[in-house]
Amino acid sequence: MSYELVIGLETHVELSTESKIFCSCGGHSAAKEPNDCVCPACSGMPGMLPVMNKRVVELAVTAGLMLNCEISRYTTFDKKNYYYPDLPCAYQITQLNHPICTNGCVTIKTSGGNRDIRIKQIHMEEDAGKLVHGGKSSFVDFNRTSVPLIEIVTQPDFRSAEEVVTYLNKLKSMFRLGGISECEEGAMRCDVNISIRPEGSTEFGVRTEIKNMASFEAIEKAIRYEAQRHMDALDFGTEELVQETRRFDDVSGKTFAMRNKETEADYRYFPDANLMPIIIDDEWLEQIKANKPVAVDEKAEEYREAGIFDKEIDMLLASHKIAKLLDDIVALGCDAKDGAAWILTDCAGILRKDGKTLGELAITPEKLSAIIKMVDEGKINRGAGKKILIAVIEEDVDPVAFCAQQGLDRKVDTSMIEQIIDRVMADHPQAIEDYKNGKTKAAQALFGACMKELKGAGDPAVIKELLEEKLKNA
Amino acid sequence: MKYYAAELCDRGTVAVDDMVLVKDAPATAGSRILEGFTPLFSAEAVTRLEEKGYSVSGKTHVGEFGLDLVGEFSYYQPAEGELKGAAAELVASGAVQAALGVDMNGAPRRAAALSGVSFLKPTYGTVSRYGVISCAASGEQLGVYAATAAGISEIMGVIAGHDEKDGTSLRQKEYDYSIEKNINGKRVALVKELLALADDATRARVLAFADALKKQGVSVEEISLDWTDHANTAWQILMTAETCNNVSRYDGVKFGHRAAEYKNIDELYVNTRTEGFNFLTKSVILYGSDVLSKNRYKDCYDKSLRVRRVIAERFEKLMAEYDAILTPVCKNTSYQPYEIRQAFGKVFEESVFTAIPNLIGTPALSCGGVQLMGKQFSEGTLLSLAAGVEKEGN
Ligand SMILES: [Zn+2]
Repeated sequence: MSYELVIGLETHVELSTESKIFCSCGGHSAAKEPNDCVCPACSGMPGMLPVMNKRVVELAVTAGLMLNCEISRYTTFDKKNYYYPDLPCAYQITQLNHPICTNGCVTIKTSGGNRDIRIKQIHMEEDAGKLVHGGKSSFVDFNRTSVPLIEIVTQPDFRSAEEVVTYLNKLKSMFRLGGISECEEGAMRCDVNISIRPEGSTEFGVRTEIKNMASFEAIEKAIRYEAQRHMDALDFGTEELVQETRRFDDVSGKTFAMRNKETEADYRYFPDANLMPIIIDDEWLEQIKANKPVAVDEKAEEYREAGIFDKEIDMLLASHKIAKLLDDIVALGCDAKDGAAWILTDCAGILRKDGKTLGELAITPEKLSAIIKMVDEGKINRGAGKKILIAVIEEDVDPVAFCAQQGLDRKVDTSMIEQIIDRVMADHPQAIEDYKNGKTKAAQALFGACMKELKGAGDPAVIKELLEEKLKNA
Repeated sequence: MKYYAAELCDRGTVAVDDMVLVKDAPATAGSRILEGFTPLFSAEAVTRLEEKGYSVSGKTHVGEFGLDLVGEFSYYQPAEGELKGAAAELVASGAVQAALGVDMNGAPRRAAALSGVSFLKPTYGTVSRYGVISCAASGEQLGVYAATAAGISEIMGVIAGHDEKDGTSLRQKEYDYSIEKNINGKRVALVKELLALADDATRARVLAFADALKKQGVSVEEISLDWTDHANTAWQILMTAETCNNVSRYDGVKFGHRAAEYKNIDELYVNTRTEGFNFLTKSVILYGSDVLSKNRYKDCYDKSLRVRRVIAERFEKLMAEYDAILTPVCKNTSYQPYEIRQAFGKVFEESVFTAIPNLIGTPALSCGGVQLMGKQFSEGTLLSLAAGVEKEGN
């Protein structure tokens, strides 16, 4: 029998905020040692109260806007109760009754054409810590505790593993571009709800949920395995399907049922009295909307129109920081295509030599655009521009001052060039004699001496012209 | 009775009960589960007192998580003789000028009445709960014990006002707790049903208080309230649910008591909590997890939230006609130690007098062995009425 695959997704995304969701600890990415980023609040000590990080609300709303959601003007937090050593309060603060965003939609491009995936809701919540097992003991690391997450819940609208991966890749570039999340390894985790039904049927089959997968590859494999398991069960009666929670084992490539104890818990949700309802008024919403980046597709189109190649566009859109740098230098008057080349070729090349990636680029748009402009205006040649760029990236010097100081400027005052030519000529009377006697090679030697004195500054063509004129009149 | 650092207690100093954190001083909430826990910071109220030059030098015992009548079930200080409450008794002895206490289910108000001092449970959100060992976040408030209304007014002026570290703290920076000299013309209502629940001696106290008010030109009128039981039931449901949730962090993993014997994480939890909590706390945990369970949530917890809204409306309507409500604080004028197995029922029964202010966040003053309740931010009026009666007594 031919079956249709029905998949819904719950995706947890770690937000790129300076601090945790309810305390002022830095995000765990700053942590070097276990429990580096921990305070009395996020380690569950008594007497501490959660205080809402407004930035989390803004990023969640931005995500909602990018996914065409309705934004709730009144949103509340609930407590989800369960015991686990990595959960210091024995409850997780999440949103059950009034999530921040609802009813969205995102379009994905698949081999079968465009597909609309409906977003049921987006809610904010805190992450849990991590257990480290060693020998006879286990240790808890609370660095990740209370790191802000959003969970994006879709309707069961996916029909293949390919669609799921396309959607996840789209979320990833969207969130990177929106500054919502850098979506690094492990910062995006998925629960997959899956069932199958005979082609043409409108009823849902028995649904299983595969929990907590971090790599797209694993998600794809898990879906394929699970779909096959369901089909075998229906076609050949290999087993009886039950609604349950399963986990995917990367090594064997199979899914396994989790213990009932873990899946049938009553989480006893109830409102968190320590956090007042958040009211998102018109003014705040408008402010968030004004700062909202354009959607990935629009941005890509904009770059394409500017003549940037697709491969370069992908590299630019892979990071919010890099795309923003390009936009900023364009706003400062640089050409987009040219700017992209400076960033993706020159900057990336310099970083690569130091064993760094483009993500680590630290240059202000003002400095980069100053260099590009000097080259465009013909003040310096591209080689000199690159020399300045290295100094800016490595030592954060001022490009204009550095250029003058190093004498890299091509259009040095002609009177200064003339002075140097005069001096060189005075120092080499023999060469002038030779020139007068028809030895044109002598001019070559004088030109070299001038260039040496000018330390590469000045336009060679201009120098040559001035020198020849002076020689004729000598 | 012994107190932490009792020798340091002196006139001019303020004591705090053991639900309130003081940096570097052990904090136990009267429970074995927190044995050995030392906080890294002080409660906001403590910091504010210290900044104003008060010396916060001693901590007083509380019953485990403030769940009992007046502090009789502390792991560290078993009850002996007549029950009075450690902080209230310390203030009564004159050893300290005032004390801070946490009112979650009426314990400090009862203790004040039994020790002959006053305690103010302020309007919810006026005093920061930062640094208060939280049980029932939606209704607990830090309040003040003192010998007189003026003594409470002084300390409240220091500790009240917005604190950004507490998300439930109201925006207002400071409040006026000044006492009016003239209370002539104020209107007070006496609740018939609550008066009928008290014993003769308590009733006599309430009526004497009413007489003293009348002598100051206050009108006292008897009224009937048929929803005090509903208010109490709703608060006991919310309070047990929130407490169950808030004490679930005490699991032996991070701090406080940890059982010596365990083979795995489940045993660590079970053994630690079995040893760490007393019978009353365990009863509250069971009751609280039951009312939050899937099958009961709608009929218990959610319904209580709705009852809370209805009662807040009714109380507000009532307070449009009166400046304060006069009631007993507890049934009797004295209590003796009793079996912990009776505690849950006993506290439930007694909290019918005290539950409304916890449920709806309004202020209540325990003074002269009776209770005055008012609308939000009416602390000044309540203190003025009490001061008027104090004057009458002298
Ligand atoms: Zn923290």
